Parts: sequence; structure tokens; C-alpha cells
Amino acid sequence: MSGKGDTSMASNAGRPKKPRVAVFKFASCDGCQLSLLDCEDELLSVASAIEIAYFPEASSDMREGPYDVSLVEGSITTPHDVERIQFVRQQSAVVVTIGACATAGGIQSLRNWGNHEEFLKCVYASPEYISSLATSTPISAHIPVDFELRGCPINRHQLLEVIIALAAGRKPRIPNHSVCLDCKIRGTVCVEVAQGIPCLGPVTHSGCGAICPDFNRGCYGCFGPVMQANCDGLVDHYQSVGHTSEVLLPLLRNFNAAAPQFAAVSDRLSSADARESEGSQHV
Amino acid sequence: MSNPWQLSSARIVEKTAETPGVATYVLQLTDDSLRRRFQFRPGQFNMLYVPGLGEAAISISGNPIQEGLIPHTIREAGNVTHAISSLSTGDTLGLRGPFGSSWPTELCEDRDVILVAGGIGLAPLRPVIFDMLSNRDRYRRCTVLMGARDPSGLLYESDYEDWKRRGVDVLVTSDRPADGWHGNVGVVTTLLDRLPLPDPASALLMTCGPEVMMWYTAQTAVARGIAEESIYVSLERNMNCAIGLCGHCQFGPHFLCKDGPVFRFDKVASILRISDL
Amino acid sequence: MNQPATSDVWYFPKDGLTELIRVLQEDGFDVIGPTVDQGAIVYASIQSAEDLPKGLTDIQEAGSYRLEKRNDESLFGYVVGPHSWKKFLFPPISVVAAADRIEGHWEFSTPEEPQRPFAFLGVRACELAAIRVQDQVFLKGPYVDPIYQRRRESAFLIAVNCTQAASTCFCTSMKTGPRCQSGYDLGLTELKDGFLLEIGSERGQQLSRSLSLRPTTAAEMAEGDLRRQQAADQIHRTLETDGLPNLLKQNLRSSHWDDVGRRCLSCTNCTMVCPTCFCSSVTEVADLNGDHINRERRWDSCFNPEFSYMHSGIARDSIPSRYRQWMTHKLSSWHDQFGTSGCVGCGRCITWCPTGIDLTVEVLAIREAAATVESVDRGTNHE
Repeated sequence: MSGKGDTSMASNAGRPKKPRVAVFKFASCDGCQLSLLDCEDELLSVASAIEIAYFPEASSDMREGPYDVSLVEGSITTPHDVERIQFVRQQSAVVVTIGACATAGGIQSLRNWGNHEEFLKCVYASPEYISSLATSTPISAHIPVDFELRGCPINRHQLLEVIIALAAGRKPRIPNHSVCLDCKIRGTVCVEVAQGIPCLGPVTHSGCGAICPDFNRGCYGCFGPVMQANCDGLVDHYQSVGHTSEVLLPLLRNFNAAAPQFAAVSDRLSSADARESEGSQHV
Repeated sequence: MSNPWQLSSARIVEKTAETPGVATYVLQLTDDSLRRRFQFRPGQFNMLYVPGLGEAAISISGNPIQEGLIPHTIREAGNVTHAISSLSTGDTLGLRGPFGSSWPTELCEDRDVILVAGGIGLAPLRPVIFDMLSNRDRYRRCTVLMGARDPSGLLYESDYEDWKRRGVDVLVTSDRPADGWHGNVGVVTTLLDRLPLPDPASALLMTCGPEVMMWYTAQTAVARGIAEESIYVSLERNMNCAIGLCGHCQFGPHFLCKDGPVFRFDKVASILRISDL
Repeated sequence: MNQPATSDVWYFPKDGLTELIRVLQEDGFDVIGPTVDQGAIVYASIQSAEDLPKGLTDIQEAGSYRLEKRNDESLFGYVVGPHSWKKFLFPPISVVAAADRIEGHWEFSTPEEPQRPFAFLGVRACELAAIRVQDQVFLKGPYVDPIYQRRRESAFLIAVNCTQAASTCFCTSMKTGPRCQSGYDLGLTELKDGFLLEIGSERGQQLSRSLSLRPTTAAEMAEGDLRRQQAADQIHRTLETDGLPNLLKQNLRSSHWDDVGRRCLSCTNCTMVCPTCFCSSVTEVADLNGDHINRERRWDSCFNPEFSYMHSGIARDSIPSRYRQWMTHKLSSWHDQFGTSGCVGCGRCITWCPTGIDLTVEVLAIREAAATVESVDRGTNHE
């Protein structure tokens, strides 16, 4: 049996004018914006659905704002960034952050736990010429963000979905479950249960397709904490089966180190370590 | 047995703006034989489908004996209903249904019947009102108690006079005072508090609206002497498949899509007050 | 060739398994059986008896699974792993419906994907019970799921009786095993040198005519009994099912849910490995220009916060409420819905929980807490 419809549907109803899209880069490796260029098969459809008004990585034709949608890659690490992101917000109806840097501060947020001055001295011959902040912070710490797309790097299919959804004026469909569900759907055997490999999958947001466990590696948490992640529960368990903070801290302090759920539990681990070493010094 | 996932095509033959963000779409199945065969009971719902966006469970707000026309009163809330709101007369969408349990119109014979609605909750009750109007002598006193957050939310307001003239009393209230509103102010249960009830033991009450509103309506009704077994509520949960196979709409032991949405109050009373169930 | 006539139990030597698989393949079946992959025994398409996990066993604890070598060459010397037959009958991803835009019109269809019939080799007693439970869900309600139905009706089931148990097994509590009683086409019991074969259906009877079988000896029968008894004897885990549905209904407000909620990651693993869990979501998958849309059904889980999403909010917005939903559904409301428990005692949810949450222990805790409250109440009444 088959039903027939013979006139237009919502999805092919007269489309309003193409949304103007801009792509901005802050502290990042460019990998996420490259995902947009990676959409080889889809690029033409994307280009026909949106007007790419500002995308320095892809085109020297840089048009002025305002923009309907701004995709923001990278974290805020300099005083100049702090000002520029305000400008981006003013110029954009919708701000979408893309990638772990923009949504959580990125791998560079490891500096938040280090000594910024020391880093500068070690790395640069003339640190006095460097103007940078002591922290790497996500975009949402500075301006209101309309949608956060996670991942290091982002999943290009999810990026397409976000662009298509925003162009159509609907909420993007980005699954909000843990990596575990993806492992199970593809039939991957749990590396934690079957091999004792510590894995962040149970508390990590879906998006990568659960690639690492399929190659016998634990999840690195590239897509950041899943909604309502119980990181304490996971870390308590890992400690109870003998994983030390030497293993767990680097796992948590990774691409999404400064994501609040990951940061809270890694801080808890490191302060417990500090107490312990203090205790042993007294002995 | 037919495939329960099969969608049929339905055309919008009439679109009427109702309250803010709410419109009624009268649908007609495009296939002649399906159109002739389509029947629903008051309180049942259809899954309406917009390709690329998905399905939404929408109760049928029409007259069960009006052949071929299937009205749905829809509030814009998510992606699917938002997309439907951009459709106009002549457009088509997909439809599966009807699904679910129904209001107990068969138990209304010679009883006082009270309908208590909150906002868009009047939509699933409207088929009962149509039944009252068509079979007025089968019922005793017919009363509709209608509450809305503010007067602009009084659904089907232009019909109230007609309903009253034809023997269905309508009392309305606004939760909040509003400019130019001289009617009742307060939640809908205050109307039920004051409603003359000469024979509560024989009264039957059906209610649809926010869960907390239905809960207090039922409490008020019981306090007024209406038996729990004579109170019916229409519940809402996330419905994905409508055929009891996906698990989304579970509420305690019930699948709202196939055991509900309409329940006798005493069957769900004990679990209604358990948070996050 | 010996033809089965009156005897219920037949014997074939170890290499008879190769013949069995070949006969099934010749009959057009995709033979699915246990095989080793990624450090576990999983279910996948097998070509011959060589693909079976020879001389291996599984050591299972709460939150832990390891393969170990056996000191014999048994082909079925383990219990159940992370996969279940569910993934073949109720696939993780399937297309339930489609919409095609043809010359500006939308046409709706329900595609019927061509599916080679499955022959499941090595279905354990608890898994037969799980298939019965899912039959109840997908085939016996007011609506029949056509995808499950097509796959289920053509599937040929070869059961294998367990000859050992894992520490996580509790089929005896759920009265589903370890002995395979019914619901199979052929039933096997592995002996040291061969197999006992029982015929469970007309189809099984027919297929067995193509096999080289001989009547069993008394010694072989005794060996079979002994091996099956060994499995039963090794099961120590229990779940008290007496009054369990009501116990959970009466303890929806128990503080124990918060206790489990601290350990539960809400990661969905228990529901994914459970052979009876059937939750799913249908989503729209469009091609690039949006002219062809597949309505794709994917496994989903009551542990996902958005599973209970409504416009007014998420109904079960905390981990304790979601664990409560899962356990009360499985062990209590399943009875109301399908006339049976949703748990078959396979122990997968215990083994594959990343933090080792054990539902038999959690039920016991709720039972004991309830008993304490009751005795305190009684104490107060006496005063």
C-alpha cells in the first residue's frame, strides 16, 4: 500500500531568502571549519542553500555583516578575542559555536591549570610582546550562544544538519546520548568491560560514531560531556577497580578539559592527590 | 494485517486561525476509499507527518459523525507543528491513525456531564461537545468549564454562544485579569467549585489540560461528590510510534498511545502524583 | 543414514556440526552463531564450525567480562555475551517507512527489505525466553511490527543447553533455564565427543532428515544429564521474584533510587545488551536534496534524558528517575503490559554495566529497606 500526496509539502514550501552565513575563527587549529570544506559531496547543495558571506579560510570575498548565522570556531585566549567576540555577537542573529575549543575551551584550556607566565617564558624568546590571557574559555563564557556543536573535530554531518535546520528555521536534530549507545548500535564490544580499558564513552556526548572503541581504544571524550553526565560515578568506579589518577587525569584533561563536568571531577581527583601527597609528607 | 507504519496522504481543506499560535486544520485523506473508511472516536489522535521533519501526535478535534473531514487544532510547539503552521489550504501531509482510547460517551446516557478544559485541552474534548449537540436528549445537564491563562487563550470562543443556545452550558475563566475582561478570574477549578451539582453521584466529568490542572480538577470533583470512577483525564507523554512499540510514552504500567490517552482517573490517580515517573 | 522415527533424542559426533551448518546454508539460511571478536563471544554470520569459539570460556562478573582458554575443545563452553539475537530480529537500525517526492508529489511507502532467513545456532534457554518476550511485544499486541515479524517467522532456532553458568546468571530465579524446554526447532547438548539432538518442531524434524543421526546410548544420555546439571548447580545468583511487581510499585519513592543514581551513568548499556528491551526512536533521514526520506528506527533507551522529552519539559529528568523507570518496567509493569516479566535472568545488564550495577542486588536492597520500614511501622503500632 502506498499513500499519494499531490501538492506541496512544508519542506518544499516557498523558501525565504538564503541565510547569510559567516565563519569566524578564534584560538583553534582550523580543523572544524575545514569540516565544512570537507563536505565535498554536499558542498554544492550547502552553497545553494546558504550565502557564505564571510569565510576567510575558504574565500577572499569577505562581505560585511550583519549575518544570519555565524559559525564560531576556537576559544577566547587573548584580550583582543574578548573584544572581537562581542563584535561577532553584535553582527549575528544566530551564533553557533563549532568544536571543542569554542564550546569548552579546547585542549589549550590546559593552561587554566598551569602557570601562564611560566609558559610564556618557556615558549617565547620575548614574552613581553605576547598579549594573551591566563585562561582559555569557551565562547559561551563571553556572549550568549544559540547553539553549541561539539566535537574535536566536529562531525561534518552534524554541521550540515545544523546549517540546514537553521536555514529552515527549525531546531537541529543532534542526538544527545552517550557514546555507549553508538557502540552498541554498531555492535562494538565494550572495551572497558571486556578489556579493562578506561573509557569516557559512558559520559561522552555522541557524535563521532564511536570510532575509538571500535579500534580497541577507550573514548577520549572528544565530544565533551553528555547531557546530565555522571562523571563522579564513572571516576569513582574506575578508582575502585584500580585506575589511578595518573591514568584518569590525562583522560579527563583533554580536548574538553574545561567542560564544567569534566573539570569538576578532574579537580576533585587532583585535589585528592594533593591531600594525599601532603599527608604522606607529614609521615 | 496492514502495516501500522504506513502513512496516508491528507490534504488541508480548511485552515482557521484560533487563539495565538493555534490553528485548526481540517484534513481530508486524498485516497477515496481510505477517506470513506476513516472513523474515529472522541479523544483519539492521529500522527501527522511532515516529510523530513517527522511526526507529531495530534488529537482529533472534529465531529465523529462528519464523514471524511478530520479537523486537528494544533498549537505551534516543536519542529513538526511549526512546519505544519506554515502550510496552507491545498497542501498535503502524511497521516497515520486514529490511535488510542476515547472519552466514554457511551456512559453519558441520562447523566450530568461536565467537561473541564485548560487552554488547548478543549480540542480533544470538542468531539464530545459535537456528540452532545447531536444527541442532546441523551444527556442530562451538559456543562463546559473552560479556563485559559488569559482571555486570548479561550479556544473556539466564537462557538460558545451557539453551544449555549443548543443546550450545552459554557462557563469560562481567565487565570489572570486582563484589560477589558469582565468575566471570571481564577483557575478553572474555581468554576467547578461553584457549579450547581444537584446529583453529583450521577455526574460524569472529563478533563483535559495541563497535568496539574487535571489533578486539581479531579480533587475538586471528588470533593464535590463525583466518584473517581466517573472522572476521565487525557494524559500526554512523548509519543513516537503511536502503536505501543517504541516505549517512549510509558507512564507507570501504561502506554499512553494505546492504553490512553484517555484514562479513568482512578486507574492513574496513584501514579499521577509521583514526580518524574 | 539413521532417520529419526520415534526417539526424541539423537546423537551426532562433533563433526556433524559442519554438516548441520552446511544443510542450513543449502536451505538458504544465513547461519548466525557465536564467534570471537574484540575479546568477546559475539553473534555473527558464520561459514563453518571453524568459526565457533573452540576451547574458550567466559569469566563474567558485575562490570567485567574476560575470555579464557578451557582445558578442552568445547564449542559451546561459555554462556551469553554482549550481543543477543535481538539485533537480528529487531535490528539496531531499520527503515520503517519512506517518503519520496516524485514530480512534486510525496509518496509514502513501507519498504520491505529482502532478508535472507536466519538460522540461529546456539540459542540458550534464557535467550529462547527473551525471544518469547519480544514476540509478546512485537507480535501479540494490537499492532504487529512487520520488520520483526518477517525476520522472526522465517528464523530457524537451534538451541544449545548450557553446560556451565557464569556468576552473573540467574535464569533459575526467572524460571527460564538453564534447560531449553520449548521454542526451538532443534535443541543440542554438547558432550565430550558429540552432541545430543532434540527435535522441537516440524521444521526441525524436516531438517533433521538431512543429518547423519543415530539413536543415543544410555551413557550418552547420562553424560548429557550430568553436563546440564552442572550448569544448574553452578548458578548461585538469585532474584526473589515473589511479590516483586508490587514491591517495586509500592517503593516508587524509595530513597534507594537516589543511591543507585549516584552509581548509574545513565549510559544505556544495560538496555542495549538486554535481550528484551525494545525502546526505539524513529528519525528522519533525508538524502541531500530532500527528495527521498527514510524514516529510520534506531535502538533508543529510557536512560536517555530526551527519551521522555515533551514540549513542557523532560518527564524523567534525573538519573534516579530513569533507573527507576528501567527497573520497574522490566520487573513490574512488564507484567501488566505483557503478562510476563521483562527479565529472563541472562545477567547481561550486570556484566555489561560499566560500573557493575547489579539489579539482583538493587532489588534486594529495596526489599530490605521496605522490610525495615514495615517492621518499624509495626513497632510504632505496638506502642
